[in-house]
Amino acid sequence: MRPLTLSRLLLQCLILAIILFCVMVLALKFGAIHVSLYGLGRDLLRVFLGKSSDISSEYSLILNLRLPRILLGAFVGAALSVAGTSFQALLRNPLADPYVLGVSSGAAVGAILALLLEPHLALTPEFAAVFTPLGAFLGAAVAITAVYFLGHRNGQIDSSTLLLGGVIIASLLSALIVLLLTTLPSSNFRGMAYWLMGELSAVPSQPLAWVLRVGFVVAAIVIYTTASDLNLLLAGEKEAMHLGVDVRRVRIIAYIAASALTGLAVSVSGAVGYVGLLIPHLMRMIYGADHRILIPASAFGGAIAVVIADILARTIAAPNELPVGAITAIAGAPLFIYLLRRRFA
Amino acid sequence: MTAGVKSAARGAGESTRISNDPRLSVEQVSYAYTPNPQQAPVFTLEATSFQAKAGEIVAVLGPNASGKSTLLQIISGALQPLSGRVLLNGFVTHQLEPRARGRRIAMVQQESQLLFPSKAWEFVLQGRHPYGKSLRFESDEDVTIAQNALAQVGAEHLADRWMDQISGGEKQRVILARALAQQPLLLLLDEPTLHLDIGAQIDLLETLRRLAAENRYTVVVVTHELNLAGEYADQVVLLQKGKCLRVGPPASVYRRDLLEQVFQTQLTVETGASGRPRVSILPGAQ
Repeated sequence: MRPLTLSRLLLQCLILAIILFCVMVLALKFGAIHVSLYGLGRDLLRVFLGKSSDISSEYSLILNLRLPRILLGAFVGAALSVAGTSFQALLRNPLADPYVLGVSSGAAVGAILALLLEPHLALTPEFAAVFTPLGAFLGAAVAITAVYFLGHRNGQIDSSTLLLGGVIIASLLSALIVLLLTTLPSSNFRGMAYWLMGELSAVPSQPLAWVLRVGFVVAAIVIYTTASDLNLLLAGEKEAMHLGVDVRRVRIIAYIAASALTGLAVSVSGAVGYVGLLIPHLMRMIYGADHRILIPASAFGGAIAVVIADILARTIAAPNELPVGAITAIAGAPLFIYLLRRRFA
Repeated sequence: MTAGVKSAARGAGESTRISNDPRLSVEQVSYAYTPNPQQAPVFTLEATSFQAKAGEIVAVLGPNASGKSTLLQIISGALQPLSGRVLLNGFVTHQLEPRARGRRIAMVQQESQLLFPSKAWEFVLQGRHPYGKSLRFESDEDVTIAQNALAQVGAEHLADRWMDQISGGEKQRVILARALAQQPLLLLLDEPTLHLDIGAQIDLLETLRRLAAENRYTVVVVTHELNLAGEYADQVVLLQKGKCLRVGPPASVYRRDLLEQVFQTQLTVETGASGRPRVSILPGAQ
């Protein structure tokens, strides 16, 4: 018997953090402008030491343009993976993921509605900054509530009904998105269509960036406080209840927090698919199904995956860029099919 | 029963409890299941009462859809009865806060579904969940308790095995060990012998009898096995279509006419070598 200890958890997180750091440095290096690792390291150190004025213009460009995008990718990956991990435990379905369940589409509809409404409302700048993520969060929350009720049969969650419910909600919402997009001026259409595929080129403004950071940290911590309850929920709600889990409280907390994470990620990156499905699975294979380690591992894993996907998106068809969501979908869809066949074989 | 017993139950510490105090008191509990509030209930459990002491095994018997599992869920506190109440050491079970309930009542379900495989020891450690705060890491004490629980059911050798790679009988032992790790006062089992062969069934009930005696658990077990219940239970609760027909020691409940009427088949009731009743289905009775 070797139960999880705090020191083992911190060690694993440290290892993953180092991998993430290395991947981020590589992501800084690759792109249209070529830079050396040595130069990058030197200038990063200067930034950390507060000597930003000594940085050469080439590297300054990299740090100002590439770094925020990479950080955004890491944030989106972490948020979607943690949301996916939570949905899989809450719905007792290893195929649950914000994208597959239509939660990302719900967030997208919410975000588009917020974008359409914003010019017509006299919002203060502070509120305007949170308006889109708020819309996305509400959209995500409505979608997961609908899927949850569609997936219920005789008071129990039914796996296949749930997935079908997700597919139906997602297709309904996609139609709604197309309808909303046609109301946009044509110049915005391509940008929006790209955004829907999942992309990281629109780096959020400062107030929005703060909303994302604070929102992510709060929602992730809230989910993490339910980690050991989620372990027991995997065995079913009744069983968890008999082991002392306040099932209703955990469910509400984790659904809201996971919807918030999805909403935040979608509001800045569109629908980056399959990250929330693929990464929790990979991490579960490595670290096991204990959510006390699975949640932080998924956060790091998701961040690493999206940063790598973004490197590919920027370099495969350079100088053109692919949406990062296309890369994650190409990698994720075959895995989804594999899992589906294995589960229902 | 009543207030006197209740206050005694609240006042006395667990270790100093007088053994004849009824630890579990099911008082006139009833239940109605209605899928749609506008419609009449599709299932009702009429007022049912019984009491059980520490160390006693109570078997709940009856044909399918007689309300056995519902009664068990009400006793566990997971379902709120429509009327009446269930007292465990003077506390109303469905009013207990979830963790407090998990420290007093352990439930072994018909089968434990595993979404992702885990090792047997991880599974048993889950039984320590009610004793910690949300984010706690298991202590050495928890590990010792889990190891002891596995040892008590004779499953130490399974600790490092994967739950999806052990036999049905072994799995049932590990599930029982998890319930023991909760260190409960009340152990509830819902058809624990369902998928077991006869050897494993007897093994499980022998283990239950030993545990009830050693650890002073009150055990309530729902089962279809009339003879096993007759052999191992101190009391039997006989249900039919949501009605509690009889409560008492097996010898007083196992009456031929009563069992024939409940189970709709011809049978004989004899006294076995152990002095307990034994039921046989008459050849060609069906």
